[in-house]
Amino acid sequence: MLTYTIRRLLLAIPTLLFISFVIFAVIKLSPSDPTANLPLTIPPEVREKIRESLGFNEPFIVQFFLWLKQLVVTEPKVWMNNAFGTEFEIGQRMISYQTRSPVLDLIVQRIPQTLWVVGTSYVVGVLIAVPIGIISAYKQYSVFDQIGTFIAMIGFSVPTFFTGVLMILFFSVNLGWFPSIYDTTHVVEDWSSFLFQVKQMIMPTMVLALFNAAQISRYMRSSMLDNLTQDYVRTARAKGLTEKTVVLVHVLRNSMIPVVTVIALNLPSVFGGALITEQVFQVNGLGQLLILAIQGGDVPTVQTVTVIFAVLIVLFNLIADVLYGVLDPRIRYD
Amino acid sequence: MSKLKTLLLATAASAVALTGAFAQERGRDGEVKIIYWQAPSILNPYLSGGTKDIESASMVVEPLARFNQDGELVPYLVDSIPTLENGGITADNKTVTWKITDGIKWSDGTPFTSADVAFTAEYCRHPEGGCAQSAKFDGIDKIETPDPLTVIIKYSEPKYVPYSAFVGGQSPIIQKAQFQECLGAKAPECTDANFGPIGTGPFVVTSFKPNDVITMKANENYREAGKPAFATVTFKGGGSAEASGRAVMETGEFDYGWNLQLAPSVIQEMAKGGKGTPISAFGTLIERIEMNMTDPSPSLPEGERATAKHPHPILSDEKVRRALSMAIDRPLLVEIGYGQAGRPACNLVNAPIAYKSDNTGCLVQDIEGAKKLLDEAGWAPGGDGIREKDGKKLKLSYQTSTNAVRQDFQAIIKQNWKDIGVDTELRNLSGSVFFGGDPASPDTFQKFYADVEMYANNFDGTDPEQYLTQYTCDKAPRPETGWQGENINRYCSAEYDKLAVELGRTGDPAKRQALAKKMNDMLTKDSMTIVPLVDRGRVSAHANSLGGVVLNTWDSELWNVADWHRKK
Repeated sequence: MLTYTIRRLLLAIPTLLFISFVIFAVIKLSPSDPTANLPLTIPPEVREKIRESLGFNEPFIVQFFLWLKQLVVTEPKVWMNNAFGTEFEIGQRMISYQTRSPVLDLIVQRIPQTLWVVGTSYVVGVLIAVPIGIISAYKQYSVFDQIGTFIAMIGFSVPTFFTGVLMILFFSVNLGWFPSIYDTTHVVEDWSSFLFQVKQMIMPTMVLALFNAAQISRYMRSSMLDNLTQDYVRTARAKGLTEKTVVLVHVLRNSMIPVVTVIALNLPSVFGGALITEQVFQVNGLGQLLILAIQGGDVPTVQTVTVIFAVLIVLFNLIADVLYGVLDPRIRYD
Repeated sequence: MSKLKTLLLATAASAVALTGAFAQERGRDGEVKIIYWQAPSILNPYLSGGTKDIESASMVVEPLARFNQDGELVPYLVDSIPTLENGGITADNKTVTWKITDGIKWSDGTPFTSADVAFTAEYCRHPEGGCAQSAKFDGIDKIETPDPLTVIIKYSEPKYVPYSAFVGGQSPIIQKAQFQECLGAKAPECTDANFGPIGTGPFVVTSFKPNDVITMKANENYREAGKPAFATVTFKGGGSAEASGRAVMETGEFDYGWNLQLAPSVIQEMAKGGKGTPISAFGTLIERIEMNMTDPSPSLPEGERATAKHPHPILSDEKVRRALSMAIDRPLLVEIGYGQAGRPACNLVNAPIAYKSDNTGCLVQDIEGAKKLLDEAGWAPGGDGIREKDGKKLKLSYQTSTNAVRQDFQAIIKQNWKDIGVDTELRNLSGSVFFGGDPASPDTFQKFYADVEMYANNFDGTDPEQYLTQYTCDKAPRPETGWQGENINRYCSAEYDKLAVELGRTGDPAKRQALAKKMNDMLTKDSMTIVPLVDRGRVSAHANSLGGVVLNTWDSELWNVADWHRKK
């Protein structure tokens, strides 16, 4: 297993290099201009100077390798200097076009919020989805199953930018229960501020959780259904085990194998779903950073955030594969 | 009895005076929350140029003088505005002297001096800095600082309206001590300074999260006692105009929402929420249709397409352009797109009033007149209702940026033009592509690979010279200039070029105004090269409890934030 993991990790390096090159090519080939959003009162000569000072006019390949060097050489050095007090010589750090500040600092500043909102919503989604999936399968075609299927279809097919705005309209504008705009300066320091934090997280979290739960509950249901008809289930029942033991121990454990991998595989795509939700509720996470960077033609930021997403996807694919082997003794990679 | 009465009155009066004094304490009104749906990325306006960045920074850093809501100059950090009359400007119009008010301090307590002013120019004029406002300092030969309170700006050529450097929100003074290590290529390395400039304004940055939120507190060293009324500011950025409008007028979460570009019916509906009020004001922003004077046909080779080599086959005819303008129902456009924040317009320079030409001919739609003009031009109605000439259909491509109001406009104008027998093909492009200067992209507004296009433009300050001189022949975007240039239409007239030069050499205000009007007329009502549609105002909204807001389109919207207070 270990050699397999190492092999996969090594293979990931050329994959990621290729992905980042393709992303860079796509960004640079698309007509984007960091000065596009400036007022027209700024004359073209000045715009050209701005682009020059950003290094926007350098040849494509030069820009790509500069970016790569900054990501894998300069930034780790900065990190080492900060963490261990080493004194490496640092060249030009990777600078965002929009903010003229280091891109990695922006990302580090925004990761906690994304993890909080996305993480919580994922946990909540799984917690909702698994029981619904189990009951739906066990009582197939019951009223509960039908309602579960209906809600899952809604959650699956209605985009988060719609449910998000709908929730704002209902809970913020009409009822006034929750704030419509996420207060990113809020600090949790006591009970009441914690309550406020919960209040402002409910809507974005639930919107994403609904979306996640819809998907996972369907997987859970079908996986349970597959197992419920298996011979070993009949054997377990014949042995005189209680229904509870049969379903929650025998069937559930076996059904979880594909679901766990789906949960792991889907995790990076949740960051993608968070792009829009973060924008709707104005949570200052990675997704919002990416959208603003795309709008602002901020190539280094777009590139770095997208590559981080790519890394996450490759990594979680590996985790899913390894988990599969861990959970299912029939599967061996070596 | 009367003595008692006097006594009582005196007590009452002193009580009033006391509460009055109490009310004048700095920071008495707690927190004010401002929302901009575009999030500030940086607080150094010289490195950004974006409106959101300039306006958020305007609460912290200030220019020597600002424009007020009527477009008049108001001294901020100086005793008075230099003019020819008070001797601040020399008779040859080459030297301008600003006298800094004594006693002004930076928020860190150090004195504000002429060295800071001179440094600001040095910072922005550095060739490697990529300063977004360097055009404000054009023509400056050198800046002298004979004493800490005197700034003498020497221009190499006579400068008749020298109110661009250090004037208005785009050109504030930054502190030399903070930025002196950040010149040129080093500018982006000074992240702390760029995110938290030290200023002379009413507020001081306490934290800055780029593209998200700024928190500020009252500047203890602010020059006016008892101001600002608010102790802290939360300046939130991002989301959409709709979300900001909702947060101010419906849920009451924010006190001030900037630039609510929404359909008038949406704003009215929001205002019914009762928590806030929309406010509007007009400036120089004109939504217009630009006619392409060159042939954008894809059959022409790249490098010749849309250049002066090939005049436009249809739009070169002035009668056709005029007919297109006459057919447009401007009042309807205003009603649908802007409501109280728009007025039909026929001028490119529609404000300030002194520069506004008496041009109202386009305000009333004239379908019959337009048809007659097209007949005269030889475009006869065809079988399908579309006019033809020499077997060629009168068909135009019409592009603009993607934006709900603009697409409504396109639909209405397409209908208007259909009524006179002109077929229109509509196209819209993402703003970041359309307004981006990428010379490799065929879809930029400069390249103008379409017959007509629509967008809005304005000018900074109150003098239209630079704005009008954009339409000289040499400013046309073309392959040789990397498709850069402001003369989008490729308008070219020797007489206009001559007037542009003359405007640059004229100091007398009355003559300048006459020249500007003449140039405006040449572009609009005389030649119909530019077809103005709507004079676009600004709509913002403030909470009903927020006092002191004066919407200003000539400078930063937050220009008088020091006067904002909570209504009791």
